[in-house]
This record gives sequence, C-alpha cells and structure tokens, in this order.
Amino acid sequence: MSTTTAVWEKSERQRERERLRRRAAVRSGSIATVSTVVFVVIAAWAIVNSPGWPRVKETFFSGEAFAMSFPEVLAGFWKNVQIFVIAELLILPLGLLVAVVRGLKTPVFFPLRALAVAYTDIFRGTPTLLVVYLIGFGLPALNLKGVPSDPMVLAVIALTLSYGAYVAEVFRAGIDTVHPSQRAAARSLGLGHLQTMRFVVLPQAVRRVAPPLLNDFVSLQKDTAMASVIGVIEALRQAQIDAGKMFNYTPYLVAALLFVALTVPMARLTDYLAARATRRRGPGGGV
Amino acid sequence: MSPLLRVEGLWKLYHGNPVLRGIDLDVNAHEVVCLIGASGSGKSTLLRCVNLLETADDGAIFLEGEEITDVRADPDRVRRGIGMVFQAYNLFPHMTVLENVTLAPVRVHGRPRAEAAELGRELLARFGLLDKAGEYPDRLSGGQQQRVAIVRALAVRPRLMLLDEVTSALDPELVLEVLGVIRELKESGMTMILATHEMGFARDIADTVCFLDGGVLLEKGTPEQIFTDPREPRTREFLRRVLDARRL
Repeated sequence: MSTTTAVWEKSERQRERERLRRRAAVRSGSIATVSTVVFVVIAAWAIVNSPGWPRVKETFFSGEAFAMSFPEVLAGFWKNVQIFVIAELLILPLGLLVAVVRGLKTPVFFPLRALAVAYTDIFRGTPTLLVVYLIGFGLPALNLKGVPSDPMVLAVIALTLSYGAYVAEVFRAGIDTVHPSQRAAARSLGLGHLQTMRFVVLPQAVRRVAPPLLNDFVSLQKDTAMASVIGVIEALRQAQIDAGKMFNYTPYLVAALLFVALTVPMARLTDYLAARATRRRGPGGGV
Repeated sequence: MSPLLRVEGLWKLYHGNPVLRGIDLDVNAHEVVCLIGASGSGKSTLLRCVNLLETADDGAIFLEGEEITDVRADPDRVRRGIGMVFQAYNLFPHMTVLENVTLAPVRVHGRPRAEAAELGRELLARFGLLDKAGEYPDRLSGGQQQRVAIVRALAVRPRLMLLDEVTSALDPELVLEVLGVIRELKESGMTMILATHEMGFARDIADTVCFLDGGVLLEKGTPEQIFTDPREPRTREFLRRVLDARRL
C-alpha cells in the first residue's frame, strides 16, 4: 500500500483544451444545422417554383387519392411482407447448405460440389426479374403434378433461388475469413471435417457476415415487388391498379413510403451490427 | 519395449522444396523430446506430420506400433490419441474457456456433457484457471490462453502431446507460467515432443534433445551432451548464436 495517493485535479491546460473542444463542437454543430436548413429550403423552393409543380402536386401528392388508396396498397404490402419473410427463412438454410457443399473436398462429393458451383453461377448471373418470369410462367407450364400454380408461391421460389445464390457467396466469403489455424486446432482435437465446420468455423463465419447478409435482405424486401409481374396483387401492383382507376400517381407514393418504412429499420440494424463488429475487431477487442 | 512413436525416413516437401529430409526418431513412453533448431529447420512441420495435419511425402510414422501414415488409417481417430498445442494458442474465440475444453470430449469422445464439464473444471483447477472457466479467450492474457490451450489438449486424455513453440508468442514474464505447466505434465509422466527456442528450458526438462538443421535430424542426445559437448559443428554454431543473442 502506498501512503501517498495521487489526486487528480484538472490542470489549467486541460481545462483550456476542453473549453476549445466544446467550442469546436458547438461550431461544427451549428454549421451542420444551418447548411441543412439552407439546402432543404433551396431544394423545396426549386421544386415548388418549377413550372410543372402544380401538376406534379396534383398527380403525386393528392391527399384524397392517398387516403383512398392507402388501405388497399397496405393490404397488398402485407403480401410483400409474407413473401419476404417466407423467402428469407428458405434462403438462409439454402445459402448455408450451398456454401458448405462448395467447401467439401472429398472426391465423392464432386457431383454435389459441381452442382453447387453451377447453381451459384447461373442464378447470380441471371437478372432476378428474369428468374421471376421463368419460374412464374415456366414452372406451371410444365403441367407437372404437385408443382404449385399460386403466383405467391412461385414468387417465393424464384426469389429464394435468386437470392440463395448471393447468400451462398456471402456465407462462403465468411467461411474463408476464419483462419486456417482454427481448423487445424479443431482437427487436432479429433473433430471431423463436418464437426469442425459446425462447431468451429460456421459460428465464427456467420457472426462476421451478419451485416452483409442484412444488406442483401434489405434488397430482397424491395425485390418482392417483382412478384407483381407474375400476377401477385402486392403493393406495387395494387398501386398500379389504383393509379389507373384514379388517373393519379399518388398510390405509387403510398407504396414507396411503405417500402421505405420497412427497409429503413433494417438498414439501421445493419449499420449497428457493422459498427459493433468493427468495434469488436478494434484494439483491445481481441479476435 | 517398442517405442510409443516411431518416425522412419520421413520426407515432406512444400512445392518441391524439401522441408524434412528423411527424419528418423523414436520416442518412448514418458519420454520428453525437445526439438531445437533455427526457424525453418522443420521442427513445426515434423510435429504437424505426426498429428497428420500434413501428409507425409515419404517414410512412415508409427504410433504404438500401428502405422498412422497408412492411407487407410482414419486421421480423425489417430488425432484423438494425440494432443497438440500451437504457438498462437488457436483457442476458439466464440466459446468460453470451459466450452473450449469440453468440445472434443463431448463431440468426439461422446462423453456426457456434465461429466466432461466436471473433468474440464478439474483440469482447469489443476492449472489455476478455474476462475476463468466462464470467460471468453480474448479476456485472458497470452499466458492464460496458452494454459487453456494445454488444458484443452489434455481433456481428451492423449497418449502423446505435441507442443509447437508454445512460448514463442508470449511476453517473458508469461513464459514462466506456461513452462511451469509443461514441467508439471512431465512429472505426471506425459510423453511429449516440444519444438522450442527456450534452450534453458529444453536443457532442464528434456530427456532427449534433437537438433534439426535444414530438414535433417543432425544430432540427437541427452541435454547434457548436446548443450555441453555437441559433436556437429552446425549444432555448436547454432548454440553459440543463440547464446550470443541471449547476451544482447
């Protein structure tokens, strides 16, 4: 035990430093506020004073049309949410499975591995809209027994196949970031290849790819609108119908707002997870 | 009595460059063998070959008389009898200390979870780590992490332990606590092969010291003989350089 305990009293120098820092913070805060206000005012003024504004206001911002179409577009949007959630639940295991199969090294698994490679190559290279058309119209045309004809189901299948390929690549990238020494340690304990994957590699890989995965899901939420092309009356299609009936584009604005309302929280969650991952990898964070 | 481990004419090449050139080595039960030599002399590669983390390019390795380099041998089964500790600890960062220690007993050896946890706690207590059982590895010092890695390897009750420069990544004051653990293992009769740069420790703990140079096991003897009266000029030069570096 030391008899003298150092007591810290802020020095004049430190107090001056903190004063300057506070002042700088206030200054940059006010600059940001002023510049934002100025920008918004100028932008609003430019739009409102444009020659076409009265027309745009009427066709895109009609309060009456908004109120009329909102319940219908919202009902359609519920379908987007259903498609999204179900496709999501299918995409995760599909992507993970494809990623793991691509990592199998035993020659016995060559056909499976080749299939996984072909799958990712084909579905990552084909525009999602095209996949939706091909699955939506092609699958029922085969007239096979047991093949669903409900466009909602077909949309889920198409989006799952398309996004499964992306997600598989994200998982594979995550698997590759786990250092080989982790594998060596697991194998040295007698764990087999699949056990090593399951208990050591995948738990670390999945944690690392959570932010990019969420990013893909934000994108998927929007792409559920593609179901409209094969006849699902979801938000976009409903907005089209309403717009046609009312000769007014406000229903599109309704649909856009609904999509934004769903994707923004997801985007913020992605940011939060990415920031947390960075913090953990920073100094003192260890791994 | 046949040796616990026999290495016969072992060759290993990386991209055509020989890293091991016909190594012969016998290790008896309860024997402690230290491998010394410059970086790149093949110490780590030899240990990795014994644990089948590397495939031998020629020669053979026998564990308790059974050829483990046989292409029909199951590497997972072979590794169950061998514990390995790495220079960089290689703990699993997403698992607590106790989970690291019980993973192999539960998943590989099929022990009930409670029994594995009890054995794990016993081992952690023996090495003064019981209070860290619930911590994640990144909360531990390097010395503590390496002791956990040793406990993890011990938890499967190996017949042979391979320690690959286990103190090389540690601060000097942390080296001692890890060396203490290894000394205790020797006293408990564990058979060990250590690749090490700690000459003083090798001299103190080894029954046999092997000097590797350019992938060749150049000289083998008691620590007394190797450190005081090396036959080979290369061994003499290596030891002189190590001692010079120590004095700086």
